[in-house]
Amino acid sequence: MASVCFYFQVHQPSRLRRYSVFDNDRNYFDDYKNEQICRKVAHKCYLPANRLMLDLIRRFDGRFRIAYSITGAAMEQFERWMPEVMSTFHALNETGCVEFLSETYFHSLSFLYSRDEFAEQIRLHQKKIKNLFGQTPRVFRNTELVYNNDVAAFAREMGFDGICCEGADHVLGYRSPNYIYTAPGVKGLKLLTKNYRLSDDIAFRFGNRGWEEWPLTAPKFAQWVNQVNGNGFTVNLFMDYETLGEHQWEDTGIFEFLRHLPEEILRHPDNDFLTPSQVIDTHPAMGEMDVPHMISWADIERDLSAWLGNAMQSNALYELYRMENLVKETGDEEILRDWRMLQTSDHFYYMCTKWFSDGDVHKYFNPYDSPYDSYINFMNVLDNLRSRCRRVCEATVKG
Amino acid sequence: MKVLMLGWEFPPFISGGLGTACYGLTRALSQMGTEVIFVLPKPITGVHATHVKMAHPHALGRISGKDVFGGSELARVIFRTLPSMMTPYQTPQDYEEALRKARQLAGESFGLELDLPDIAGGDHYGRDLYQEVQRYAKLAAWISREEEFDVIHAHDWMTYPAGMAVSALSGKPLVVHIHSTEFDRSGEHVNQMVYDIERQGMHAADKVIAVSHLTKNIVVNRYAVPAEKVEVVYNAIDRDGSVVGFVNPGISKDEKIVLFLGRITMQKGPEYFLAAAKKVLEVMDNVKFVMAGSGDMIRRTIEMAAEMGIGHKVLFTGFLRGKDVDRVFQMADLFVMPSVSEPFGLVPLEALRNDVPVIISKQSGVAEVLTHALKVDFWDINEMANKIVAVLRHPPLHSTLREHGNFEVRKFNWTTSAQQVMEVYRMAQSPVAV
Repeated sequence: MASVCFYFQVHQPSRLRRYSVFDNDRNYFDDYKNEQICRKVAHKCYLPANRLMLDLIRRFDGRFRIAYSITGAAMEQFERWMPEVMSTFHALNETGCVEFLSETYFHSLSFLYSRDEFAEQIRLHQKKIKNLFGQTPRVFRNTELVYNNDVAAFAREMGFDGICCEGADHVLGYRSPNYIYTAPGVKGLKLLTKNYRLSDDIAFRFGNRGWEEWPLTAPKFAQWVNQVNGNGFTVNLFMDYETLGEHQWEDTGIFEFLRHLPEEILRHPDNDFLTPSQVIDTHPAMGEMDVPHMISWADIERDLSAWLGNAMQSNALYELYRMENLVKETGDEEILRDWRMLQTSDHFYYMCTKWFSDGDVHKYFNPYDSPYDSYINFMNVLDNLRSRCRRVCEATVKG
Repeated sequence: MKVLMLGWEFPPFISGGLGTACYGLTRALSQMGTEVIFVLPKPITGVHATHVKMAHPHALGRISGKDVFGGSELARVIFRTLPSMMTPYQTPQDYEEALRKARQLAGESFGLELDLPDIAGGDHYGRDLYQEVQRYAKLAAWISREEEFDVIHAHDWMTYPAGMAVSALSGKPLVVHIHSTEFDRSGEHVNQMVYDIERQGMHAADKVIAVSHLTKNIVVNRYAVPAEKVEVVYNAIDRDGSVVGFVNPGISKDEKIVLFLGRITMQKGPEYFLAAAKKVLEVMDNVKFVMAGSGDMIRRTIEMAAEMGIGHKVLFTGFLRGKDVDRVFQMADLFVMPSVSEPFGLVPLEALRNDVPVIISKQSGVAEVLTHALKVDFWDINEMANKIVAVLRHPPLHSTLREHGNFEVRKFNWTTSAQQVMEVYRMAQSPVAV
């Protein structure tokens, strides 16, 4: 029995505008560019991909199922600039074959710095999912699959039944990512580990003509999935939704591949599609996976170095979270919101200087010419936000 | 392979990047086993008489590198000095001035109807730079008959006529090396005579070496040289092994220092440095701006600083060399190169080697290859000031730039550049029909 568990990550950051040390206004975000990118990606990816998923779900009459994790930041952008994307997500939700996962509203790394803030952002996101889709997420995924034993324990405390993480070689060892695991000392929470080989075959290698498996066809991929039969329960295919049409352009054939994948997978009588909640309800845990150190799904290192790999990144994050009390003391909704939008992990990803092996991916998504420019810009904004907080606090004291 | 190199300046008297590049390249070629006959101008009298200790009874001196510098570094180099008043970066006006001074020394100012003493073996300095360049060509052609070589390599326009003459006489291929063009030196107000010589040299050459793609584009677009004839070879820098201390010993300062180092001339953008300094001082107080170098705009720049009301924050050191350069780098927190036009730009590499982070103008060749540097348009003084403030205010930015930059600068070494130059020589020897 092999189940295919698709989870797609949907996220758009709010990119900052060029903010100089001489600027003094509170318009930190480049809404023109954000809208442009949101529209572009919607037309290349979200709309055609949602349409395709809807077709597939209807065609297979409940046998094809998928999960999404959509950040609050992305949902807000859709509501504002591309409401038709939201309505297609509603349509998907109504099929009953789509599960929505939980995550931090602002796609933040708050777990590393502030548990209070982390919990607040998860609750914000849950509320939004409940309001929009009427679902209460049971499975949690942390930003960029940042994970260790503590994340698992915390997720369980917050009431989740499952959590997604990277099936990194250095934590799995000889074990297969195709089984279900538990975290040490955490009862009632199951771990879904990403099958990164098969996931990355689609997400990163699909259009690469230099890859020996190119071109990847649906029958070939289905055969790889079939090989799991007998030595695994589930193939967890976790990837950015933007893979479809944006990272892998339409002319690579990615949509056609997906259109034919379900029928090829289901050709084998033992296969099916499950959502993460169904996976944890269906399959038992087969062992314990101890992850004392932080892992993630990024780059070849699968660690935090994409966001915390140099002095600028750790300084920016430290300074940002150091402001938490100051921000919350102001009681100013706008300040709180701006502060939270600055927590989106992308801002720190842009500051990454690991340019020599993973650099290509970083460069492609980077609105800045260099990581230094992004740090300078971020720190200028942070500086302004801090003085806004101070002004509000001083005024309160005087008043 | 034996190269007749028409070059400039040798240590310790180097006035800029051209001399540094000639020296670095020649040394690396020599170490790779290439023999080099290094021909350079050397004035006989006047202010420049203290040039390299290569005094030789015969004016058309021939001396081995081993004798001059000792050791094996320049063992395969033969120096040939030609009497001439040409110096790098000279303009026709500069030349006339230099000639006037030389004549004064020679006694002409005392009303004597006397030309320069006839110590150059029957030759006189040219009456203007144009004549001098042609005269230099004749001298070079003359001595080239005594030498054997496979390829001729000429650096910047004043040596192109010499390169062409030697090439015509010997039938050997000519490679011209563009360290800067007339457009870099003079903006759009080009000297037609200089431009013509440059163009002639580039077209006569079998191969052209440009110090950056920026320069290659100028060569292709403004001198109409076919792109396939032009190769880019970046300049480099030697790691001299001297380790800079962790903290500046003996210098305790609560003020930050931002450094400008280079000729103070239009091409280097000193006024943009000042304008950015003024902006920085609007938001920061504990910072000083040091301008190291001399040049034709120094007076105007000093006056400008005073007019802007930041005279007390801007220090001028005059021209620095050797240990003084090291010292100023050790004091500096940041180096800024706001060049309007910079074919390559060696100083940022020196700064990085000395653990000083750099801001460089996007209008520089080195910006093409340097990743761990902050880059700005030279005219964008707000952004320049923004970046200066950021480096001074945020230690993590300073340290990340410094660490990565110091590492990155190691990829610029003369051995690599010399290998590329050797490849160009080979191409020049077997030219493909274009």
